[in-house]
Amino acid sequence: MKALSAAQRRRRRSLYVMAALAVLSTLVFGLLQKSGQVVTYGFVLDKEWVLVQQWVINSRTASLLFGLVAVAASGVAFLQFRAGKTIGIASAVGAAGIMMSFLSWAAAGKFIPFTGLLQGALLLSVPLIFGSMAGVLSERSGVVNIAIEGQLLAGAFVSGVVASLTHSTFWGLIVAPFAGCLISTLLAVFAINFAIDQIILGFVLNVLVYGITDFLYKKLLIPYQATWNSGPTLAAIKIPILWKIPLLGPILFDQSIIVYLMYGVVFLISFSLFKTKWGLRTRAVGEHPTAADSVGIKVNRLRFMNVMIAGMVAGLGGAYFTVGGVGAFNKEMTAGKGFIALAALIFGRWTPWGAVSAALLFGFADNLQSVLGIIGTPIPSEFMLMVPYLVTVVAVTGFVGRVRAPAADGTPYKRGESH
Amino acid sequence: MRKLTVKRPSLRALTLPGLAFLLAMFFGALLIAFSDSTVLKHIGHPISFIKAAGVAVWQSYLALFEGSVYNPSLATPHDALLSWYPLSETLVTAAPLMLAGLSVALAFRAGLFNIGAQGQFIFGSIAASYVGFHFHWPIGIHLIAAVIAAVIAGAIWGGLVGLLKARTGAHEVIVTIMLNYVALYFLMWLLGTTTFLRPGRRDPISPDVLNSAKMPLLAGSNYRVNLGIFVALAAAAFVWWLLTRSTWGFRFRAVGANSAAAKTAGISVPFVMTSVMAISGALAGLGGAVHVLGSDFSLTSGTAGNFGFDAITVALLGRAKPMGVVFASLLFGALRAGGGTMQANTNTPIDIVLVIQALVVLFIAAPSVVKWVFRLKNVKTTGELAAKGWNG
Repeated sequence: MKALSAAQRRRRRSLYVMAALAVLSTLVFGLLQKSGQVVTYGFVLDKEWVLVQQWVINSRTASLLFGLVAVAASGVAFLQFRAGKTIGIASAVGAAGIMMSFLSWAAAGKFIPFTGLLQGALLLSVPLIFGSMAGVLSERSGVVNIAIEGQLLAGAFVSGVVASLTHSTFWGLIVAPFAGCLISTLLAVFAINFAIDQIILGFVLNVLVYGITDFLYKKLLIPYQATWNSGPTLAAIKIPILWKIPLLGPILFDQSIIVYLMYGVVFLISFSLFKTKWGLRTRAVGEHPTAADSVGIKVNRLRFMNVMIAGMVAGLGGAYFTVGGVGAFNKEMTAGKGFIALAALIFGRWTPWGAVSAALLFGFADNLQSVLGIIGTPIPSEFMLMVPYLVTVVAVTGFVGRVRAPAADGTPYKRGESH
Repeated sequence: MRKLTVKRPSLRALTLPGLAFLLAMFFGALLIAFSDSTVLKHIGHPISFIKAAGVAVWQSYLALFEGSVYNPSLATPHDALLSWYPLSETLVTAAPLMLAGLSVALAFRAGLFNIGAQGQFIFGSIAASYVGFHFHWPIGIHLIAAVIAAVIAGAIWGGLVGLLKARTGAHEVIVTIMLNYVALYFLMWLLGTTTFLRPGRRDPISPDVLNSAKMPLLAGSNYRVNLGIFVALAAAAFVWWLLTRSTWGFRFRAVGANSAAAKTAGISVPFVMTSVMAISGALAGLGGAVHVLGSDFSLTSGTAGNFGFDAITVALLGRAKPMGVVFASLLFGALRAGGGTMQANTNTPIDIVLVIQALVVLFIAAPSVVKWVFRLKNVKTTGELAAKGWNG
């Protein structure tokens, strides 16, 4: 066999891990399970067109079946790897198989609203997706953005308060990006103009936003709740025809406007980053600012602009907590979602679609945890909650796959200084 | 504005932090004034507005002082010393903060940003608490055993980060952020198990540690101040010795200054990274022990509070130097202790403390802002905390 590069070796190692997990889940969830219990998957949520009402299957059979699917997918992925082809689809099928094998085991004897599970997962990943998009914008141009949490929280606070004062979700939605932008402008000024350590800076900005919102929450929002903190919420909009599609319809096309805006943001960023002049310049500035400067790109101006846009995206995501969710602002209601967004960005290898997939995965894990918590399962919910964080640690250690930040990420640029 | 000149070189080091603190207090005052409904009533009349704002700010900051240092109204005819009770509270809060701050500072000096003090603190608290309530050992031995358990737990949780960084290059900031959450969920899970459930309670709270494992009180039973503050000061002295007087410390600083050069000079960078993070974790774990064995006595999901994160601001304000950390943790400990009193007695929530902390650190990190505001010249602004990215 010919010599493999380090990246290929890592990919092969991740294939081994997947295959091992597939075999393990077939054995543990499938063969070792007590038979007799059935698991019921429900596929209908609303009045969409019905393809399958529900699916009742012996949980042991289901675990075995999905485990074998995962094993087969691992095999296919390995053959594709040997042939030098991409292994994306086979790995995705394999991972899904392992997941379903686990779910069929964990939910033995129970009813799982499958569509609802996915819909909830999407909802939980909305702030993660907005946050990680903010991360992509900022970090691809070379500015580390740990302040995603602060930008989300600022967006949530301001949009909640403004919606409450104006009795209008419209204004709440309009101002949210500017709140996030305010924080990211601070980040830009200190990181780009003053060349301060961006990790420390992001950390401090988070503390600052926590402090200010906690303070104002206690001082204004609690005592004067009726005026300051009882904002309206956005209603879900059903997109005609599309929402009727079985399974996918209610998940994707029966959502509030923020979710539709999110689709737009994701498509726009992933397209522009790789297909437009701006995108090329952004990536150049993030990888090799000196080279970019030598061809006439204004490095710091571009970075400044991108960080500001990043703040707007995260701020809009913040609105999801208040106007897009419960209406009223609550103390520290982002609850570390900004850090999971950061994790999704890293796990997604600083690419828009990677970050979206990671965010969806984390959202799914989060929702699975709460669904399993309600129906009661053998796994303590705390361990399920650890999953996104542990997965990220595994990802950055490079044991499976490889993560590398943009080369100039976090390094201030000053003309004439080599890096 | 008059130009400030600083003559004595020994004071120079304090100029920047001092002015940064003043500036942060000023912004805090603005926040207090502009969010106070009684002050805002006077918004149309500049004179009475400033007056009302002055009263609101003065009352808040006075309460902050009375809650942290000296409050004459606490004195009783029998015991005039009780007016110093708040100072004891400040020391109680400062002790764990100092240890966690030392943890962050030590890692900084070796070029590592330990955001994970929170998680290491949690593991220290868990270990100290478990040994403290589960075993029945004689006085003295029990306390020492609980402390050692906490130190080991913290060292393992911290050392893991260093090991991962050394072996795989995983950035410690990402790993520690993630491990903080893992530690928190682990704690929450533990509190639901029968071992950690307090008899007769159903909410997640552990049993109190036994008296034999508690830190001895220093000033009688009226005050909560305990041995913990001396433990913290001793740790500060140890870190100072380690960094400036020992070969290990020299290696740590060499790696922090330039890891490539250190490697060329024959220093084992992986070993340094692992050992620095292990010691750093041990210090944070010790902080957890001091907190649980000294003042809290039981574990809850909020045991670690904000210690691990405040520790970062402490280390930054103290410029990653042991002496600086001691003063910074006393200051922030005072703000925390006083903040509670302020929230109870005035209209100002304790969260103003977070704002002040964040601003102080921001101004310390950006000396150009402070210099510009106060028109300073020739003040030392060393860049110990240089910018590094994910790949650094």
